[in-house]
Amino acid sequence: MKELSLNVLDIAQNSVKAEADLIRICIEETEESLTFSITDNGYGMTPEVLARVETPFYTTRTTRKVGLGIPLLKLAAEQTGGDVTITSRHRDAFPDSHGTKVVARFYKTHIDFTPLGDIVSTLTTLIQGSPSIDFEFSHVTPDTEVRLDTRELRQVLGEEIPLNEAEIIRWIADYLKEQYENKKI
Amino acid sequence: MKSLAELAAIREKMKDKVVLREGTTNTRIVVGMATCGIAAGARPVLNAFVEGVDKEGLNDSVTVTQTGCIGICQYEPVVEIFQPGKEKVTYVKMTVEKAEKVLKEHIKGGKVVEEYTIASAKKA
Ligand SMILES: Nc1ncnc2c1ncn2[C@@H]1O[C@H](COP(=O)(O)OP(=O)(O)OP(=O)(O)O)[C@@H](O)[C@H]1O
Ligand SMILES: [Mg+2]
Repeated sequence: MKELSLNVLDIAQNSVKAEADLIRICIEETEESLTFSITDNGYGMTPEVLARVETPFYTTRTTRKVGLGIPLLKLAAEQTGGDVTITSRHRDAFPDSHGTKVVARFYKTHIDFTPLGDIVSTLTTLIQGSPSIDFEFSHVTPDTEVRLDTRELRQVLGEEIPLNEAEIIRWIADYLKEQYENKKI
Repeated sequence: MKSLAELAAIREKMKDKVVLREGTTNTRIVVGMATCGIAAGARPVLNAFVEGVDKEGLNDSVTVTQTGCIGICQYEPVVEIFQPGKEKVTYVKMTVEKAEKVLKEHIKGGKVVEEYTIASAKKA
């Protein structure tokens, strides 16, 4: 992927597919590292599926048809000296607390680090595609702090205006961009 | 600064419009947003359609939606156009520029941009 924000979009699409109704995306940066986590309350993975997903890229590719999303994320993280950790609880075993958390850590100083890129576009794409799912977003760096919680927006908008109305999507993009421009003192 | 109060104002302005719009759309633009699509550049293509439809004032008749893998990864980004009474049109290897042209010539003008369709791609 050209930008890490595209990996974020792709991994969050797994949460959408898993029928989550709340997806949290947290990005934390220091001078040296970038860590993002995507947590959902979707149906989760059984231990068997999780084990299969955890096997490295090159083996999974030849043994069976599995997806590309997680292997690509692992590759991107590992080539910077970072890693990916996935924890998941399947709804069969955890009917009241199922869901999945994917944490990816990258080292920014490594030559193979891919920049985050257009994360605002990733968020508006997710909201546009899944207007009834709630997204909680935070991105904290040494000099910025950006947050969005679609539950707050929904409270203001009420039932009749879906979040994927063009005007709302535009407002969300501007709202995020403004926060990025507003540096911490 | 953007505030939630501003969002409340937008809500008041939009309330009636959204209710009126229900059931009036007739063109569906569907963008493939699985891993292969995203890696090939589907995100900016989707946004070009969302913004273009809005800019051209077509929100009442056109919806833009996302779908998973359409199964033709080598042709991503893939965009399908559904219109009532017409056959589905599949555009392949889409870019922002191509999206703008499809919007203008096909969605607004009613003329399929043959050169971007999967049929042309297979001939080439
Ligand atoms: N958040 C999640 N909740 C439940 N299952 C998940 C989640 N993320 C991944 N999985 C499981 O792991 C598998 C592999 O995910 P991965 O993203 O690598 O591929 P994919 O989504 O199947 O296909 P692709 O990403 O290539 O379009 C998924 O098919 C799914 O079974
Ligand atoms: Mg995936």
